[in-house]
Amino acid sequence: MPVLKSTVDIRSEEYRNNRAAQLEVLRQLNEQLEIVRGGGGPKYAERHHMRGRLLVRERLELLLDPDSPFLELSSLAAWGTEFTVGASILTGIGVVSGVECVIIGHDPTVRGGSMNPITLKKNLRALEIARSNRLPVINLVESGGADLPTQSDLFVNAGKIFHDLTELSALAIPTIALVFGNSTAGGAYVPGMCDYAVLVDGHAKVFLGGPPLVKMATGEDAVDEALGGASMHSKVSGLSDFFAIDEYDCIRIGRQIVADLHWRKLGIGPTEPADPPLYDPDELLGVASSDFRVPVDPREVLARVTDGSRFSEYKALYGTSLVTGWTSIHGFPVGILANARGVLFSEEAKKATEFILLANQSDTPLIFLQNTTGYMVGTSYEQGGIIKDGAKMINAVTNSSVPHITINIGASFGAGNYGMSGRAYDPKFMFAWANAKLAVMGAQQLAGVLSIVARQAAESQHREFDAAADDARRTAIEEQIERESHSFFVSSKLYDDGVIDPRDTRTILGIALSAVHSQVVKGRRGFGVFRM
Amino acid sequence: MQRIRRVLIANRGEIAARIIRSAQEMDILTVAVFSEADRNAPYVKLADLAIPLPGNSPKETYLNQGLIIDAAKISGCDAIHPGYGFLSENAEFASACGQAGIIFIGPTPRAIALMGSKIEAKRIMAEAGVPVLAGITVSDSDTLSENLTELADTEVGYPVLVKAAFGGGGRGMRVVHNPGDLLEAIEGARREAASAFGNGTVFLEHYVESPRHIEVQIFGDSHGQVVHLFERECSIQRRYQKIIEESPSPAVSEELRSELGASAVAAAKAIGYVGAGTVEFVMDNIGKYYFLEVNTRLQVEHPVTEMVTGLDLVRLQILVAEGMPLPDEVRSARINGHAIEVRIYAEDVLGGFLPSTGVIHHFHVPDLPGIRLDSGVKSGGEVSVHYDSMVAKVISHGKNRDEARRRLARALSETRMYGVANNVDLLLAILRESEFKAGAIDTGYLVRHTPADLVGTLRSSDTVDAHCIAAAIAVQARNRSESKVLGTISSGWRNVPNGHQTVTFKHDGTELVVRYRLSGDRVEFSIGDGELCRATIYSCAPDEVDFELGGIRRSATISRFAGRIYVADNTDVTTFTEVPRFQEHPALEAHGSLVAPMPGTVVRIAVDKGSAVSAGDTVVVLEAMKMEHSIKAPVSGIVQEIRVDLGQSVDIGLVLAIVEGPT
Repeated sequence: MPVLKSTVDIRSEEYRNNRAAQLEVLRQLNEQLEIVRGGGGPKYAERHHMRGRLLVRERLELLLDPDSPFLELSSLAAWGTEFTVGASILTGIGVVSGVECVIIGHDPTVRGGSMNPITLKKNLRALEIARSNRLPVINLVESGGADLPTQSDLFVNAGKIFHDLTELSALAIPTIALVFGNSTAGGAYVPGMCDYAVLVDGHAKVFLGGPPLVKMATGEDAVDEALGGASMHSKVSGLSDFFAIDEYDCIRIGRQIVADLHWRKLGIGPTEPADPPLYDPDELLGVASSDFRVPVDPREVLARVTDGSRFSEYKALYGTSLVTGWTSIHGFPVGILANARGVLFSEEAKKATEFILLANQSDTPLIFLQNTTGYMVGTSYEQGGIIKDGAKMINAVTNSSVPHITINIGASFGAGNYGMSGRAYDPKFMFAWANAKLAVMGAQQLAGVLSIVARQAAESQHREFDAAADDARRTAIEEQIERESHSFFVSSKLYDDGVIDPRDTRTILGIALSAVHSQVVKGRRGFGVFRM
Repeated sequence: MQRIRRVLIANRGEIAARIIRSAQEMDILTVAVFSEADRNAPYVKLADLAIPLPGNSPKETYLNQGLIIDAAKISGCDAIHPGYGFLSENAEFASACGQAGIIFIGPTPRAIALMGSKIEAKRIMAEAGVPVLAGITVSDSDTLSENLTELADTEVGYPVLVKAAFGGGGRGMRVVHNPGDLLEAIEGARREAASAFGNGTVFLEHYVESPRHIEVQIFGDSHGQVVHLFERECSIQRRYQKIIEESPSPAVSEELRSELGASAVAAAKAIGYVGAGTVEFVMDNIGKYYFLEVNTRLQVEHPVTEMVTGLDLVRLQILVAEGMPLPDEVRSARINGHAIEVRIYAEDVLGGFLPSTGVIHHFHVPDLPGIRLDSGVKSGGEVSVHYDSMVAKVISHGKNRDEARRRLARALSETRMYGVANNVDLLLAILRESEFKAGAIDTGYLVRHTPADLVGTLRSSDTVDAHCIAAAIAVQARNRSESKVLGTISSGWRNVPNGHQTVTFKHDGTELVVRYRLSGDRVEFSIGDGELCRATIYSCAPDEVDFELGGIRRSATISRFAGRIYVADNTDVTTFTEVPRFQEHPALEAHGSLVAPMPGTVVRIAVDKGSAVSAGDTVVVLEAMKMEHSIKAPVSGIVQEIRVDLGQSVDIGLVLAIVEGPT
């Protein structure tokens, strides 16, 4: 396979500027992740420890195979909202007893691990990843239940958690609940709906109604242990399959349960040599553009991501604003679609369509590297059928059944977001580099469009156009769109699975590709490959 | 004169291998015998033929005269070499060989018999003018009377040494300082002697305190020639067993050497000695020496004599057994330089030199200048409970004592023996200790210098720390390489780091928690409460870590056998065990509780409260659904409580009884 040759000048001013800009936004990202890691803060962490309990991240680290990687998802959920960033829940993909699992852990230091509408969204997204990739689910349960003040945005949809857990079970995807603490009322159904439940002695509390509620309802004087302790559920109700004497024991049992699944992935393992790229991934910081209006040659990115910097380009001379080709990442063969110069023309759309059909013919997963400002507009392009060609691409993306993994490496605007397998097209995973922007269009452009529309409206109604007010509105809108297209904002709304450091791209793709191969990887067949 | 064409080696281990080597060099076909436990021993494969001896105990196998002579006959052997120990000093066996027309490679049965009795030997030696210590014999059948303690005082003088009259090797030996302890010591010595040598006769003699053990190698031929091949000093002993021997002795002058040699030759001539033998003396700190005994065989420590004289003593034994006269080079032998031998024992030095057994997963002695290895084991071999725990000898030769000592110390520092506790560290520490360096040694050396103190000097905490982090890096490399998924992703990778990876090792009874994080070729780590350190990894694999710590590049080899991790660099080894992250908790209830597994009726209570039970013993029998269920003790211990009565109906989960194990 051909090997990419980088022409990046690491001493150029552009490189150094890019790098400085990336480091600044990564500093901001790490600042946020520091908060995420801290959960409810040192005071609550200490109190939790004083109660003889482990923090959710300590539970996670004990659960994972030693030295194995862990890909945390949706870390910035609830960023910029009234809720704590991270949304009081930890989700991700990790290796337990040699099996890649989705791990979902409540953070009891954040308002008792209670669930708000964003917690729910993040939890459901993790279950969705488990379902579409056929990954066993391990719940690390300790939650006070619903965050009651937010119940109106939560209660109805929260039923989906139990629905999804049992649906996973119906799909023969194992579900495990390790119960470390409160799991009451609605929360009681998590161990209830899972295939396996392990309860920690003296800590786990699993009941529909606690002593006060029981007293109110029936007048009975009930105590916690008898209502929902580990011993009771292990010996009497049978809700608990394993009695754990402490948290360590619970995690040990959880690991044993996974080992006893004798799990077999349905996809093939890596088949290609997984040698590292020839170029240092650290240089991605200088390759990534600090301004989305300056295009990035995706080959420079690929040279720092793919196995041995290999890349076999398809239709290199046609539709050159989109780069397509074959390579492998951590040994998994993949097809790549990457924007080279922002705009998608008819040629690019047709090239993408053919390439997606080819990948489906050979059951090869696709990686979309988004850096697009959308499909070309203008009279000649409309007359040339850009809508029909864009539709072909979106059709192919929609109906492609090989796994898609999408990374926004700069910009994701307009229908380009759709054609390049954006969130609405259900890529198996979607990530964004920290500097990347996502919106219907760029902030300046959007503000300009609104201004033109307003001026036209004023003209047609023969009103006087207030230029000063328009300027003020334009600035306000520009600021709003700028804020809303920021990667943290996008990620906080769960429009992707996380904001990532560009240097981690290869690793994250490797983990994601391995995860998608837990499921059958099979392309859509039918008409054969249309030559567009 | 009778040429030997085929020899049976009636022995095992390193000495069997040693004899095979010389015999094969002489174009003599070799036949080994082996017990069941020795079926995979290296010497069996080295031999040209091998004959199995059913069973394992020495009595069934290597001491079984009839079987061994039969083996020699069926394999067409014309000679038997007995090695040392086993049948080597058994006059009856030597005669039996002669009667079967097989050459016994050793002295005549008469010489063996005479020297086998220490009392008789001493009488003969005294007559021949060899200095002896007075002694008293207490035969097997004598009843012990109180006046023996007085007699011992007047005839011998306290402290008194009690030892087996037949046999050697320190078995049954006791030193008695207090007359009141004498009878008990004699009884103990009798029992040991009876079981080890089949004869409980013991011998009392004056005990020379802090003496040197000096012995002279003698060689006689059937033509009346007797020579000595100088002395060996074997003063470094533990529990009366030699562990370091050398030749010449640093305490023997030229003058004393001729005197000792003349005494030894006189002793040998007194009994018409033929073949290889050793006259042992005890020597005090002013050079006065007394006859101890004659060993009518090849000694374990014969290699030091070979190294300084350049002779092959086994070859000479065979030549003499064929009736050849001693060659010229024996008569003109001179001391060339100095040789030291150490004996590697499979034993727990710090646990009181208790023999240890099991699989030697890895055994390596470096092939360095001046180093000779006489070994009975190889990697993967086993040390069984049936025989002596000595597994190999390492011998060094140098221009002088210091060179020999340094060469041997270096070789031992590179010696690796994994899987079975051994005394290599102790040997190395002795070689480097200043009294030993100065030659100021006596048989009390290991009383003055405790093994713990000696071994404690070997390793610095820096080395342990470096080996500890090397072990952690190797363990993570193995975890990564054994991973069935995501094996090519960086070790411990996190997009949101949660702190360090941890691994816990146990070293010398201490738990060391290692926290670490790898990033590229850098590792950040801390050990226990120690500060955060950084190291650079040049390369790492499950079995080898090349890294730089504190500005010093180190390379460590990591081996793992039976749950232990051995981290070795060129000169040091540190042993760790990995502490598992989780403990299994077998019992749900209070420790030792026996719980009814289902509802039923108590139909039998098999034990009483307060009685002792072994794990698995039935305590209570329940009948449920027409089936009998035995409830068994989970641990060995005492029945603390029986909580049910016969005929009582019990519910599931009820505690029936409590058995408490030793805490």
